[in-house]
Amino acid sequence: MAETRVAFDLQIPSDVEYIEGVVELARQRCRELKISPAKCSLNIPVALSEALSNAILRGNEATGGKLVRIRAIISDTDLVFEVVDDGPGFDLEECTQDCTTDENLTKEEGRGLFLMRQLMDRVESFRDKGNVVRLTLHRE
Amino acid sequence: MSFSIKKNAEVVVVDVEGQLIVGNRQELKQKVLDELEKGEKKFLIDFSQTGYIDSSGLGVLVSLSKKIREQGGELRLANLNDDLQTLFELTKLDTLFQISDTRERALESF
Repeated sequence: MAETRVAFDLQIPSDVEYIEGVVELARQRCRELKISPAKCSLNIPVALSEALSNAILRGNEATGGKLVRIRAIISDTDLVFEVVDDGPGFDLEECTQDCTTDENLTKEEGRGLFLMRQLMDRVESFRDKGNVVRLTLHRE
Repeated sequence: MSFSIKKNAEVVVVDVEGQLIVGNRQELKQKVLDELEKGEKKFLIDFSQTGYIDSSGLGVLVSLSKKIREQGGELRLANLNDDLQTLFELTKLDTLFQISDTRERALESF
């Protein structure tokens, strides 16, 4: 079994103002791990930002007092981010829209899950002491 | 992160410095809508100093584009770096916006 270690494990209030700081921390760790520049500047910031924003605005409904937990786990092969909120969870397949269709292209919303799934190698949503969204990106 | 607005001839030029994300998208929207309300019609958003854009940021650009068109105006974009270009291609928004690789070309295109 591959060895893993936790790069960071923190909790933030349900306020979107905290997203940028968490994303910057994740980018720093990824740069230290010599993850490719494109993954550090595009895949990780955008996908993590989407997961955090969903957790804060939808999962916790931006409720003061509710926290969002973020864990970053590193193995030899993968980077894993787990974002946990207090919401009821959601069906990933059912909620992901193809935002590139003619009908959806001009809509203001509906690109978040699509982008997460395009930019990560695997996206999972499940319940484990809260609603967990797990983002996995291969290091190579 | 901040937005600065300058006027270049008849074009309102907005520079996005930092990220365009859920936490600041309303500020950009309001600044552009204020200019639209003053009667401005031509808008250029320059991303040369932009880090990343999330889905909310992309959504605001789509919404502004619609509102500006409804008032008979035009919104154009310039200076997407490789990451932002990839983002626009993944979401096919590169087909919705007129995008120039420099500010000068974008200004000439109006």
